[in-house]
Amino acid sequence: MTIALPAAHAPAPKRHMLVATTAASAVVAMLMAGMLAIWLRFRAAAPVRESSDGLKLIKDWLPENLHIPEVAANTMFSTFFIGCVMAQWAVYAAKRRDTAHVNLALAVCFIIGAAIINAQIAIYLQFDVGIADGAYQTMFYAITGTMIVLVVLGMVFTAVALFRSIGGRGTSTDVFSSHALYWYAITAIFTAVWFVVYVQK
Amino acid sequence: MTTIDTHAGASLGSGDGSLVRSSFLVAVADWLTSSDHKKIGRLFLTLSGIGAIAAGVLGVLVGLERITADSSSIISAGAETQFISMFRFVLVYIALAPLFIGIAIAVVPLQVGARALSLPRLAQFGVWSWFFGVALVVISVSAGGGPTGSDQNFVTMYLLGLALTAVGLIAASIPVATTILTSRAPGMDMMRVPTFAWSAMVGAISNILSLPVLIGALIYLYVDNEHASVAFGGADGTWDWIDWAFTQPQTIVFAIMAIGLLTEIAPVAARTRQPLRPIVLVGLGLISIAALGAVTQSQHPWRWDGSAGDVIKSLILWGFFNVLPLLGAFVALALSLLALKTGKVRINAPFVFAFLGVGMILVGLAGKALYCFLDAGLAGTVFDEGVLTYIVYGTVMAGMGAVSYWGPKLWGRMLPEKKVLPLAGLALIGTVLASFPYYIAGFADQPANALGRFEYEGPSELWNALATIGHGVFALSVIAFILLAAKSFRSGDVAGDDPWDGNTLEWATSSPAPINNFVELSVVGSPEPLRDVKPSSPEVSA
Repeated sequence: MTIALPAAHAPAPKRHMLVATTAASAVVAMLMAGMLAIWLRFRAAAPVRESSDGLKLIKDWLPENLHIPEVAANTMFSTFFIGCVMAQWAVYAAKRRDTAHVNLALAVCFIIGAAIINAQIAIYLQFDVGIADGAYQTMFYAITGTMIVLVVLGMVFTAVALFRSIGGRGTSTDVFSSHALYWYAITAIFTAVWFVVYVQK
Repeated sequence: MTTIDTHAGASLGSGDGSLVRSSFLVAVADWLTSSDHKKIGRLFLTLSGIGAIAAGVLGVLVGLERITADSSSIISAGAETQFISMFRFVLVYIALAPLFIGIAIAVVPLQVGARALSLPRLAQFGVWSWFFGVALVVISVSAGGGPTGSDQNFVTMYLLGLALTAVGLIAASIPVATTILTSRAPGMDMMRVPTFAWSAMVGAISNILSLPVLIGALIYLYVDNEHASVAFGGADGTWDWIDWAFTQPQTIVFAIMAIGLLTEIAPVAARTRQPLRPIVLVGLGLISIAALGAVTQSQHPWRWDGSAGDVIKSLILWGFFNVLPLLGAFVALALSLLALKTGKVRINAPFVFAFLGVGMILVGLAGKALYCFLDAGLAGTVFDEGVLTYIVYGTVMAGMGAVSYWGPKLWGRMLPEKKVLPLAGLALIGTVLASFPYYIAGFADQPANALGRFEYEGPSELWNALATIGHGVFALSVIAFILLAAKSFRSGDVAGDDPWDGNTLEWATSSPAPINNFVELSVVGSPEPLRDVKPSSPEVSA
């Protein structure tokens, strides 16, 4: 020190991980917002035609006899919210230094992530159209595949938080709050994806 | 650890040759894996400097091609889009984007009184992700990939490389924003953050919001290119979906920190405090509207035809997306000049570089607003390339000012003022010559993204020859600056701890700054904490 400013007290702990997770959540939100915008642009530009049975008008980019398994899609949608509850439970338990419940909540949250991926695979298997069959199909696989990557990232985050807790480094709630924030973010993002891709198509 | 000798040469090899080799490897490994923010920032800075030279050289090639297209073309007609896209990639994603991110990583923790960068490993990952992304793009375009490329595998490699580049820039931006938001010195609330650090936060957040949209488009293009090639047109349609990321307003996002640099340096040059400081912060924030403009992937033109309602509607959007960033930059520049008026001015190389660089950026921003006025008839002309060059080269000039300013704090040695100052003039001449002829050629309807085979009234060869010379002169000025900086930082005059009579916390630690930046943390009582404790500081109301 060459210039004598008064010395400060030790700084209070700052929530680096929470702020960084907020930024990362903004990144994934903008990523999916951009993809949804392009989806909507294609959809808006597509002409309208009669369905093969002549009973209704459909956007021309939807394949004939398209069948998206709505039960699996809606189950996946609700499963995201259960994941949020588990993530928040981990925060609640961590604040009370209840390690057993932190571990249980995070383990269930991890399983929830696996269930979401399972539901998405079920949709792919029942979808019965190929990725190269047309514009809609290509974009459907691209946007839902990206969503699955975000869920996998969430599961990795869950696993890291769980291992930290098991390893006895769960005294700070920062990592659990950040983990919960990420799950909230991807749940909000999937809500938009579910509405645009699975409901409005 | 006191039980371990951490000296690099302590246990390495027995002979002189092996010792040198081992020391070299240790140094390389240290640079590759260091979590010291100053080293990470310098990595970005060095690689970006090389990119600026490459941009100038490619600019010369583009200019030569435009002059001699009919007689001795070196680029086939089918490869024009690839070559232009490569030129723009080098300009925007090698020379421009990482430059000030690197400077921010190196300097911002020092400015805000932090002992370290938040999430340094993420920043390190950002550097290498960006670097390998750049390498993939260069290799793929050279091998026939890139937009309109003929080889599908290399087109895929191009898309992956571009995505990695964007991921790297995002990963490097997050630690910058996080550091400013969480690691400020005691007493430094957000209104007391130094103006450069503020602009770094605004720029980093703008990157975080705009670059993921590019990655989203690249994911679609990748899947389309690998499978159906029907939705986006495969390689031929690639450029149509990503060209917005290589032009304005996305480039303005990368220039925000350069404008912040001037607001930092001007009060120091005048040995005063920044007057009307909150308005400077608002001005820097206004420029970030460019990020919103970028993610809409539209130029937001102002149309003079149509009904009154249509004209007003387009005017509002044009004004919001094009005029507000210009207004923000103008406010920052004007208040920097006001700072000069209120203090005792000492003209130095960092200030000259920053002032001229921001002046060039401002000309580019004004050109961007004009470009989007449709009745000017500039859409689809080379005018856009002139705007891009003004912004990129202006930012690189400001970057040279930043290296002159903070170099002593990072390396501990000064750059020689008398040798550096003329380079600012040379870079200015290069920038104006490389850009302004394309403004004129744009009005004469020289088409954009064309490398010759165009005809229009007027001396087209003259404009393109001038631009070619300009790119060459600019590349020379960057080469000369890098050589001078390399020599000075190795054997230049030893810098004092506060060589510029600075205002902010980085000048309160030793030069070069130690690994943990500060021996002890200080309490900050104003936006210019060092001005508080220096004798006979002129007081200006904030």
